[in-house]
Amino acid sequence: MSSFNPKNMSTPERRRFRGLITMLVLSIFALIVFAYLPEESAPVTYGFVLGGEWILLKEWIIDSKTASTLFAVLALLTTALSIALFKLKRSSRIVSFIFGSTFLMSFLSWAASGKFVPFTGLLQGGLLLSVPLIFGAMAGVISERSGVINIAIEGQLLAGAFVSGVLASLFANNWIGLIFAPFAGALIAVLLAVFAIKYGIDQVILGFVLNVLVIGLTNFLYKKLLIPYQSEWNSAIAFAPIEIPLLSKIPVIGPIFFAQSIIVYLMYIVVTLIHITLFKSKWGLRTRAVGEHPTAAESVGINVNRLRFKNVILAGAIAGLGGAFFTLGAVGSFSKEMTAGKGFIALAALIFGRWSPMGAVAAALIFGFADNLQGLLTIIGTPIPSEFMLMAPYIATIIAVSGFIGKVRAPAADGIPYKRGGGSR
Amino acid sequence: MIFEKIKLPILALIVALFVSGLLIAFSDPKVLALKGDPLSMFAKALSIAGAAYWALFRGSIYDPQLADTGFFGGLYPLSETIVVSTPLILTGLSVALAFKAGLFNIGAQGQFIVGAIGASYVGFTFELPIVLHTVAAIAAAILSAGLYGGFVGLLKARTGAHEVIVTIMLNYVAGYFLLWLLSTKAFLREGRFDPIAPEVLESSRLPRLAGQDFRLHSGIFIALLAAVAIWWLLNRSTLGFKFRAVGANAKASRTAGISVAKSTTAVMVIAGALAGLGGAVHILGADHALTNEVGGSFGFDAITVALLGRGTPLGTVLAALLFGALRAGGLTMQASTETPLDIVLIIQALVVLFIAAPAVIKSIFRLKSVDEGQAMASKGWNG
Repeated sequence: MSSFNPKNMSTPERRRFRGLITMLVLSIFALIVFAYLPEESAPVTYGFVLGGEWILLKEWIIDSKTASTLFAVLALLTTALSIALFKLKRSSRIVSFIFGSTFLMSFLSWAASGKFVPFTGLLQGGLLLSVPLIFGAMAGVISERSGVINIAIEGQLLAGAFVSGVLASLFANNWIGLIFAPFAGALIAVLLAVFAIKYGIDQVILGFVLNVLVIGLTNFLYKKLLIPYQSEWNSAIAFAPIEIPLLSKIPVIGPIFFAQSIIVYLMYIVVTLIHITLFKSKWGLRTRAVGEHPTAAESVGINVNRLRFKNVILAGAIAGLGGAFFTLGAVGSFSKEMTAGKGFIALAALIFGRWSPMGAVAAALIFGFADNLQGLLTIIGTPIPSEFMLMAPYIATIIAVSGFIGKVRAPAADGIPYKRGGGSR
Repeated sequence: MIFEKIKLPILALIVALFVSGLLIAFSDPKVLALKGDPLSMFAKALSIAGAAYWALFRGSIYDPQLADTGFFGGLYPLSETIVVSTPLILTGLSVALAFKAGLFNIGAQGQFIVGAIGASYVGFTFELPIVLHTVAAIAAAILSAGLYGGFVGLLKARTGAHEVIVTIMLNYVAGYFLLWLLSTKAFLREGRFDPIAPEVLESSRLPRLAGQDFRLHSGIFIALLAAVAIWWLLNRSTLGFKFRAVGANAKASRTAGISVAKSTTAVMVIAGALAGLGGAVHILGADHALTNEVGGSFGFDAITVALLGRGTPLGTVLAALLFGALRAGGLTMQASTETPLDIVLIIQALVVLFIAAPAVIKSIFRLKSVDEGQAMASKGWNG
């Protein structure tokens, strides 16, 4: 029987070992704090019905202490399963996901004791909140896989939100706003591309400064034009949700995925396209080559800088489209700095997801769900101050980036300007 | 030689002011209404932009309208400029120092907040004799913010976590922490329900320099002293040499026997302490009470200040004064001419962009060459 001696393990094994210890500690924590300690316990009601979908189960009422204990035990079992897998030198992401879910459910049952939890609504809102994150992360994937760091996602989202809201209002037509949103993001991306690729300016600084520029411009125009002339410049109304026939009736899944606005459906298409083309098309292969080893790419005839240029602009367009979500996909009118740092969270999701499209989407969904959960808990009232829950995604990102649960490796040539003829810098 | 170094920033500023002036003029409906008549449109544009920039000057340097009690009364804006610039000098130094070591300290905002919290707490909780109290408050700020920054450096040194992401995240954490603190009993002022902490006691405040009518306080001396200290650190000390070596080429430094890990951690501790000192000076000298807006835009501005100052302590001081003037004057500009304060952000961003791409300035002014300073070294996530 092999011993668990950390010194004998390879680095990835050691990391997985650390992950297992974390799971064990968390499960025991859940057992003690959520299940054992609470003195009183009231029934938690999980509601599963949202609107007009078919009803499989209307609601689930369970005593909070029972539920917490149940889920904590399940978490412990999942941990045991993970340990078994580890010994067999295998690992499974699904098992980790199950662990996360059970721990979360244990926590939720504890926190929402005596309250009503609109479960389907929670998931639906979570998806909604992760839409800009997903768009931003997709923009980041394309740009960074080509080797250009894109900190300006925040600015591109904001520019898209501004342009789509204003144009939709000026022309009283949401579609015009939606069509021009990507152009706004692309415009910012052009600045990024020119300064980063042509002049070789540091991409982190550049992205940051571009964000400041967009914030300044949109704030300025907001105060100068959008507020005084609101009915003309800022009175757009968001897209109404479109329910896909039949699919939107499926219990739980239907309302979450198939009863959203057009922007969300566009997002499904964008994510699928990017995932397929990045790994299965010529463009995808060239993009990845240019981001990992530009010298080798050039030697087979790829124009590195031109491809990077095009990709950065494409990324900006995607982020701009995601920006339209804030206005046309949510509240309709534009307000100052309405992206509120979501661009940076998208970047965090990208890193969390190891620079892969599906990984970034998964991370973004987690962040969006956590954000929505935090909002719900604040409304129904919980023991934990809301500010700490708001902090959670940021702390989670720091943990992820520090490689505690797995080393993150950016594309090798990410952030380094390329000079023709080989040799960067 | 100095003239060569400041030629680019000054020209960049002129172009930035010009472009912003265009924005101010042509976003005004009164100007746009004169579309058919180019001459009067031009005249109107000139008058609108001119009025805005005159208000900017009045708000930052000298205001004749306030000079009814004599010449010195009109210098109130100048005192405001210095008050706003003081924390900027410190946060700018924080970012500039980190730059020299090859690190991006985007976290000056969070470190500033942490320092402000520390100074504020010591300021209103303890009763100490007059100078001791100030020193204690400042020490608390430097310690807490130094740890906050050092954590980033340590993380980078041990795990390679990129400081840009970690510091941006920590900024938000600090912001939310402040939000929470201002809702707890310990930090809420008696009798008030809005999130404002008790005022720091008189014994801890930094003395005023120009009478009670002016907000000018001795924090400016602290800031200038810090600039001198950082200059000495970078140019005359072994530690500073190590910082600069690691910043120039980490691999070579490691080969030469310099511990990159220790340098990274050390520089972030000092950078954090500087930003925290900025927070302390701001609380003890100007605002006297902690609010949610204490961070203001100091962290943001610190980066543009450091970039404009080309990473040198003297440059940082001058840049901080300039951007401080823009901020202070911007308030007056917003009040008198309805020009939103955010134009200052635009000017700042444009100035930095032009400095980053000297080619643009060169072609505008047909210069043969321009001292481009230390090229902003491009680094990836992995290094």
